[in-house]
Amino acid sequence: MRMSPARVWRARGSRYRLEASRCKDCGRTVYPPRPVCPYCRSRNVEIVELPRKGRVVTWTVQYTVPHGYRSKAPLILAIVELENGTRVFSELVDVEPEEIREGMEVEAVLRKVYEDGDEGVIVYATKFRPIKTG
Amino acid sequence: MVGVGMTKIDRHYDKDMRSLAAEAALKALDDTKGADPKAVVVGNMMSSSLYQQDSLGALVADAIGLRGRGALKVEASCGSGGHAVAVGYSLVASGLYDQVMVVGIEKMCDYPTSVVTAGLAQAADAEYEVVYGASFAALNALVMRLYMSRYGAKRESIALWPVMMHENAVHNPYAQLRFRVTVEAVLRSPVIADPIRLLDAAPIGDGAAALILASEEVARKLSDAPVLIAGVGMGSDALDLASRQDLLDPISIRYAAKQAYAMAGIEPRNVDVAEIHDAFSITALLSIEGLGFAEPGKSWKELEEGRYRPGDKPSLNPSGGLKARGHPVGATGVYQVAEIAMQLRGDFPGIKCGGEIGLAMNTGGVATLTTVIVLRR
Ligand SMILES: [Zn+2]
Repeated sequence: MRMSPARVWRARGSRYRLEASRCKDCGRTVYPPRPVCPYCRSRNVEIVELPRKGRVVTWTVQYTVPHGYRSKAPLILAIVELENGTRVFSELVDVEPEEIREGMEVEAVLRKVYEDGDEGVIVYATKFRPIKTG
Repeated sequence: MVGVGMTKIDRHYDKDMRSLAAEAALKALDDTKGADPKAVVVGNMMSSSLYQQDSLGALVADAIGLRGRGALKVEASCGSGGHAVAVGYSLVASGLYDQVMVVGIEKMCDYPTSVVTAGLAQAADAEYEVVYGASFAALNALVMRLYMSRYGAKRESIALWPVMMHENAVHNPYAQLRFRVTVEAVLRSPVIADPIRLLDAAPIGDGAAALILASEEVARKLSDAPVLIAGVGMGSDALDLASRQDLLDPISIRYAAKQAYAMAGIEPRNVDVAEIHDAFSITALLSIEGLGFAEPGKSWKELEEGRYRPGDKPSLNPSGGLKARGHPVGATGVYQVAEIAMQLRGDFPGIKCGGEIGLAMNTGGVATLTTVIVLRR
């Protein structure tokens, strides 16, 4: 990807703090934030921070990864349903593919996702790791 | 529709975009009695990302001797071709032009797989999906795992789809992969993005297809066997997967189908033959269900029962589908409409299904941008 400082800076709220838009009319929350509620078309939306814990809904282990991501292959990508029911797409870290199961509890962590060459912009974003129990 | 033309889908290293587009477009012109298109609509996805080429309408129009005529490119990722047909149809239906050429063109074989894969990933959400390194296969894999989990669909039953597609493609001289595969071969092929394996996925290939559309009045002069475009529908879904209400409810397909069926005055059970979008095996299942050929969650069961083969109603993808005919992404939707037109005319050079009512369904992204086009003999 070709990243610019302004492009990365604009997404700081949604990528680092998991900011979403909540509709003040129908009460539903959607991530990433949008100017209009996709469920009822209300423009009466506010920015809220999402809960940082959730469960894995579905996942994949991606073996063919693009240039710039090779050191992380294979990538484990997932859709996580957070405690308030909002779903986010992200990467699972600190876990082996065979340990993952549907409904596994995970928590948000801030990690590097991409380096644009040696001198380019470094992109950070929220990823998820298993919550260790016991 | 008064003329169709297409090239074999292949690694056309000897042909640039001008010559490949011209091969299909000139065949379509020669399929008519002297058509003179007043405008050219080009369906293409990756000329910009792979070839640094925009203004594709001018490149194609000039290459086929139509310099001076209006021309534009329509982009809807892998659904570009179907959307180009919808735009071409509306230019004629509006009365603006009496004849319009639609050309789908894609060249994908000049670059290594990793470069092409990155180009294809542009169909997904750049800021919230592709930034994590997600490939297009990975996004479809998320849907496939959820499908198998919710509906209890068996992996080996889903593998029946690529087996059927390869069987059909053996008979199609335009198809890219003209060989048979077995369920065992599908289940043993390398994992691309678990649970998607190599033989669940459409291949990378170059190809072009073209159609000539004309008003009803002009159509009778230009062809002895014009095919009627009886219904057209378009639909979209969220660009990103996570925010969709239900990942297994392909609303873009349902919306597009509803419009097209209503316009044509038909129901799903009236369709004799259809070409549907099957970039991955899971895409085929969602397409079948979104079009109303099977109940949600039941299409894999229908495959177990041997449905959708040539002679069934509907027969699905007698061409071999994206899986085996091939998937030159922005051209695919035009191939599908051309194939269905030839099925209804009775001159498709592969498996002939015949029938009165045909349908072509093309989608870009993970069922993100869909067109459904109903044809009548
Ligand atoms: Zn709302």
